[in-house]
Amino acid sequence: MAKAAILNYIKRPSPVHALTGTTKLIFFLAWSISSMVTFDTRILFGMLGISIVVFKISQIKVRDISVVLTLAVFILLLNNLFVYLFSPEYGVEIYKSRTVLFSLVGPYTITAQQLFYHLNITMKVICVVPVALLFIACTDPSEFAASLAMIGVSYRAGYAVSLALRYIPDVQREYVNISQAQQARGIDLSGKDKFFTRLKNSVAILLPLVMSSINRIETVSNAMELRGFGKEKKRTWYMQRKLTRNDWIAIGLAIFVLVVDLTVTFWDGSRYYNPFI
Amino acid sequence: MADPIISFQDYGFQYSAQASPTLHHINLDIYPGEKVLIAGASGSGKSTVGNCINGLIPFAYPGESTGKLFVGGVEAKESSIFSLSHTVGTVLQDPDGQFIGLTVGEDIAFALENDCVPQEKMKETVAEAARLVDIEHHLQYAPHELSGGQKQRVSLAGVMVEEVQALLFDEPLANLDPAAGRSAIELIDKVQERTGAAVIIIEHRLEDVLWRRVDRIVLMDEGRIVADMPTKNFLSGKALLEHGIREPLYLTALRYAGVPVTEELSPQHVNSLSLTEEQKGKVRAWHAETGKLRVEEQEKKELLRVENLSFGYTPDIMNLQDVSFSIREGEMVSIVGRNGAGKSTLAKLICGFEKLLSGKISLEGRDLSEDTIKERAQNIGYVMQNPNQMISKPLIWDEVEMALLSGDMSADERRERVEETLKICGLYPFRKWPVSALSFGQKKRVTIAGILVQRPRIILMDEPTAGQDYRHYTEIMEFLKTLNAQGFTIVMITHDMHLMLEYTPRAIVFSEGRLLADTTAARVLNDTELVRKASLKETSLYTLSMQCGIDEPQKFTEGFIAYEESIRKAKGQ
Amino acid sequence: MKKLSVKSVVAIGIGAALFFVLGKVSIPTPVPNTYISLQYAVEAVFATLFGPIAGVLIGFIGHTLIDATSYGPWWSWIIASAFVGLVIGLVTMKLNVEEGIDTKKLIHFNVAQVIAHLLAWGLVAPVLDILIYAEPVEKLFSQGLMAGVTNIITTGVVGTLLLLGYAKTVVKKGSLEKED
Repeated sequence: MAKAAILNYIKRPSPVHALTGTTKLIFFLAWSISSMVTFDTRILFGMLGISIVVFKISQIKVRDISVVLTLAVFILLLNNLFVYLFSPEYGVEIYKSRTVLFSLVGPYTITAQQLFYHLNITMKVICVVPVALLFIACTDPSEFAASLAMIGVSYRAGYAVSLALRYIPDVQREYVNISQAQQARGIDLSGKDKFFTRLKNSVAILLPLVMSSINRIETVSNAMELRGFGKEKKRTWYMQRKLTRNDWIAIGLAIFVLVVDLTVTFWDGSRYYNPFI
Repeated sequence: MADPIISFQDYGFQYSAQASPTLHHINLDIYPGEKVLIAGASGSGKSTVGNCINGLIPFAYPGESTGKLFVGGVEAKESSIFSLSHTVGTVLQDPDGQFIGLTVGEDIAFALENDCVPQEKMKETVAEAARLVDIEHHLQYAPHELSGGQKQRVSLAGVMVEEVQALLFDEPLANLDPAAGRSAIELIDKVQERTGAAVIIIEHRLEDVLWRRVDRIVLMDEGRIVADMPTKNFLSGKALLEHGIREPLYLTALRYAGVPVTEELSPQHVNSLSLTEEQKGKVRAWHAETGKLRVEEQEKKELLRVENLSFGYTPDIMNLQDVSFSIREGEMVSIVGRNGAGKSTLAKLICGFEKLLSGKISLEGRDLSEDTIKERAQNIGYVMQNPNQMISKPLIWDEVEMALLSGDMSADERRERVEETLKICGLYPFRKWPVSALSFGQKKRVTIAGILVQRPRIILMDEPTAGQDYRHYTEIMEFLKTLNAQGFTIVMITHDMHLMLEYTPRAIVFSEGRLLADTTAARVLNDTELVRKASLKETSLYTLSMQCGIDEPQKFTEGFIAYEESIRKAKGQ
Repeated sequence: MKKLSVKSVVAIGIGAALFFVLGKVSIPTPVPNTYISLQYAVEAVFATLFGPIAGVLIGFIGHTLIDATSYGPWWSWIIASAFVGLVIGLVTMKLNVEEGIDTKKLIHFNVAQVIAHLLAWGLVAPVLDILIYAEPVEKLFSQGLMAGVTNIITTGVVGTLLLLGYAKTVVKKGSLEKED
């Protein structure tokens, strides 16, 4: 089976790995929220700085995630391009000033404000990327469900996440097997067929896959009921770990950044840090 | 005598969704420490009995019951699926469905987590249960890193942690290779010895279960218990043959030789047989007789040739190494070996689903490497194990026609071809039916028809009879035989030693990515070394021939096959 | 809120796994850089069969897993994916596809999916993007429209055929007769 650009848990002996799943989940969420809320360039750079330090500590190498990283960069560039094509003067609007650097064709001019705006929207994504990648690469999937339960998500919903992770490889294998067997009968999704033919053809693969998934749901839920899932209001977790000193430091840091972020953003009534006026 | 753990009292059951009852007047007591086999063909109601015991009926599958059922002294329908699970532990048939945790340790702990057992206590209990089933060195493993047999061990450990009084196994052998099946039966025996739990095994593969002591056999047919007696009495009766269950091979051989199977023979195990000199003489005489029957072999033209093939999904692990063999026209061949030996990978390579690393595959001398998947499919048709994974149209006609739609046939030609194919497969009367109205065996035929419609020279089948009872097994295999007789070459990947013996004169054996042997089925099963390496299992015919002083077990087996063949032919005419 | 049944929990888990696997398969469309998102067809079918809570969580978990394992989460679109499952689940709540299917039910399903996709990609996703990323309105709405239209077509064709196939497969044995 071809290796797709999918990020996996990469086991290494690092302090980041040693943190509990709960800590990493909180850190990841705090980071996501902070980056979404703010447009303050200074905070974004601060967050990126911390992200890179954490990345260093984690012993995950850039090489381990190069495929994923390339994809992220590609998507970002594409997004920037679209933003520019649709609204080349958006930065001027936001920063309420206009410094032309040079002109392109037609209405397309490069202004300092537009470039600065692009820097900011890019930074908003980039400063989360290392943390998001680390969250996946350094967290034992077995800890996800317990971590979600610990931050207050119902254990039933949390266990659904765990089941998804458990059955992704099985569903993937089944998809590959079914689509290969159907290819032998002339069903080809990547081929030159017309759009609607391709859509209709996809049903030849999806229907067996969906039917077998529905059977699987029945078997798995029987197996879970037979072993007492859902009987109590709570449950304990085999893979749960106690928070250590490092966990508290990391959680503290995440919350500190979030608080600074919210304060700076909402204090002066504007989300934007504006160096132009 | 102690009170029974499970007691059916004139019990009947009807699923809400069905028009008539599935179980009628069941009276059955199971006592602590007993080992009971519930046998029966598919649809006999044996799985329904199992579901009544563990509470899936009526709590997950609602319906009406009559009479009474007590489990652990409590009336089952007044209880709940949760409390019943503390008395009866169930190991389901599908090891992937039951493996819920992301790793072995978590999965064994699952029931304890739900019971809110504190973590420290949980780890101790898990370690203990894992030791009991010999999986303690794999606690960190994910399910896809384990074999089918290992997954089953995990399932067993996962129900053991509840200290249940009875263990229920639903078709434990269905997904295992022969050697793994044998160790599963040994493990069940060992666990019962240690814990004293009652064991209930639901299975139609009688001979394999009887590898270890079974106290009692309950035979079901059409929702009723038709026999319930100690193993040796059961085997000496005629119950089996009348209800579509295959009797152990050594007993069949004895009957053929004219030795009546009685309790005095202690027929419960091939090793426990006590034959008199006279009876042994009869077997020897029969052996001499069958020696004259020989299936004549013809030299046939070579069709498919595989030369020095090597392949690995990742560069550092070779799934197949330097494999060479050829398939001749009109042959029926088995490819055998344990799970992960490379059999399915080989099929994928032949069909062009994966690309060879090195080597060559050719058809009638023509190299296939440039052919697309679809082009290869014109010559080599691949049928997946589970028909539900292939059927993608609600109507039989559409399903069979599908492969022709991407070609350049006219509508008339297509109709003609589909009709012809449906006739070959005996599906013509059903052509307007929805696929959902068919039995498993008929669905299998539909998938075969869907492949056959392209008129391939070779049909490659992955486990054609997995999970099927004797009747369906026979139905599918006899159908394949008629196809074979019509000139289709058939290659089967299988775990089933009976299938290999009965239907395919030739077997190709794989182990760890290498071709280990390419010889007759009888020779494979009488080569102890080969059997061990490929995780196969020698048949009881081997042991029987030794006991009777016949020191050419392979010839004995071949004679047996030839004799069965001649009986079938006589019946067919 | 009523607690989730075990079956719903499993349906969410396996539904999310399907969503994830299909989301990773890219099937090109005639428009460059746009792919058929088969996962929404399956999400729609599961939302119809297992209800709005299953729908919302399949979209949320499935899409989060796709994003998190590729380039970090884009929350606005994740929420839109979840929203699709929620709306379809709510609108088709009393459809009972298990008991058979007819043209009326298929139209009902399609009305549900069109509403869901229009709201999700025409409103929820762009508005969240404006709030979170302060991206230009025109870009977001044209992007949303593109996604909305492809998803409506995909769900309309593939989802409908899947539901039809499902209903025909679970249907009970009727009074079928052989023909010679």
